[in-house]
Amino acid sequence: MTPAEPAQEQQLGTLPDGAIVLDETVPARAPWSAVVEAGQLLSIVDLGGNQAVDCILYDAHDREQRYSAAETIAQQGSIFLTTGSVLRTFEGTPLMTVVADECGRHDTLGGACSKESNTLRYGHHTKHQHACVENFLREGAKWGLGKRDLVSNINWYMNVPVEPDGTLGIVDGLSSPGLTVTLRAERDTLVLVSNCPQVNNPCNGFDPTPVRMVVTQP
Amino acid sequence: MSSTTATTHGARDHARAQAGATAEAMPVLPARSASGLPDGVPQERLTWAETVAGGGYASRVLARGTTLRLTDLHGDACAHVLLYNADQPWERLNVADTVKVPWQAYLGAGHPLLSDQGRVLASIVADTSGHHDALCGTSSRDANARRYSADGGLAHGPAPAGRELFVLAASKHGLAPRDIPPSLSFFQGVKVEPDGALRFDGSAGAGAHVELRAELPLVVLVANVPHPLDGRDSYTCSTLALHAWRDRPTQPGDPLWSATPESERAFLNTADYADARGLA
Repeated sequence: MTPAEPAQEQQLGTLPDGAIVLDETVPARAPWSAVVEAGQLLSIVDLGGNQAVDCILYDAHDREQRYSAAETIAQQGSIFLTTGSVLRTFEGTPLMTVVADECGRHDTLGGACSKESNTLRYGHHTKHQHACVENFLREGAKWGLGKRDLVSNINWYMNVPVEPDGTLGIVDGLSSPGLTVTLRAERDTLVLVSNCPQVNNPCNGFDPTPVRMVVTQP
Repeated sequence: MSSTTATTHGARDHARAQAGATAEAMPVLPARSASGLPDGVPQERLTWAETVAGGGYASRVLARGTTLRLTDLHGDACAHVLLYNADQPWERLNVADTVKVPWQAYLGAGHPLLSDQGRVLASIVADTSGHHDALCGTSSRDANARRYSADGGLAHGPAPAGRELFVLAASKHGLAPRDIPPSLSFFQGVKVEPDGALRFDGSAGAGAHVELRAELPLVVLVANVPHPLDGRDSYTCSTLALHAWRDRPTQPGDPLWSATPESERAFLNTADYADARGLA
């Protein structure tokens, strides 16, 4: 006798050992947020491949303490995030650490797309399109965060090289379906995410797709 | 014998006798009376003349169309700068858009300094340094404490962090720590290696200057502190000069206006806002 196939659909992703305390799929173009408690692991699974996941981190108990792209890259001496990268506040305090990364590098420079910056980058005909800043504002409002609380964000799975002459840009991604990046919370951290809706550049392969967010307690 | 300051009248005389003293780092009022101006600074139109010590800060509200020149007098200044729309300071410098929209990580003449609203807060209109940084932000208490001394980083200590000075400067414009995003810095350069590593390439030397043109009414915060990647063991930062004068915002027909398609749309957005807002 051959065993029966598992009833539920196999979920993509490489998850760490431990009890799963949250397992949610963020639809394409949608916002998401959750508090990840100190010691817990957050795995972000790129279900469809080459999906930029815009992300800002806040100390869950003191939201004035938030992710600083500048402090993070200055202290690690590199613009790319990968295993070992410590995601720091403006004061230098570690919020989360990248503990596993199947993609290889993630962006710290490109920030979030907005309706307003889309008018500069692509033309005023794109102003009506949905954008990451809209997601951050709407989702952040649930936690009492407003426009003044938005700062340069992380772009998981987004590929932004800098050429020797300083030319920088969002180019085709390095990711593929099922790749996972896992972060360890160093303190209770509010994770604010926009599953990027951009369709005017290759950050989502011109086809925004869902991502899976899994929190485990090791 | 009691001291000369034992009475109110004595203390008053003592205080008033200090008038007229000078320091290397100080504002000059009225600005038009400033002496020893760098070439190209029009004395009769000056609205701000101030020198800022290493470890110091300054801030100002500037009218749309103002030109602000920053000069590295001795070669070790590092001017960390934040810009806000003075009419609505929740619109502020966005360093990500400032490098992403022009497709250029390195600051230089012609670079637009963009807000989060798709508008140009200021344009870099002159640059004799070429050593700047839009990526690493300013220094933190944590980093300065580890680099310089255990009590480093605090504003009252020997090695003030840029973040601490920005908190103070921002407060004077009704802004709080949450209003302080990543900043730019001028006069100490950083380059990105092909593997993503950040390389500090220091100063262009004494006398270099940068000019910013205010394209909207601005709150300008300037902190003069060592760059976060400056590897020198001692807290090394020399005096910065600031001169601002009345000038014109970028107009159609200016080469900057149409330098790139992205810039042109940014200037269009800026002019559109200024027009509706009733700004000249």
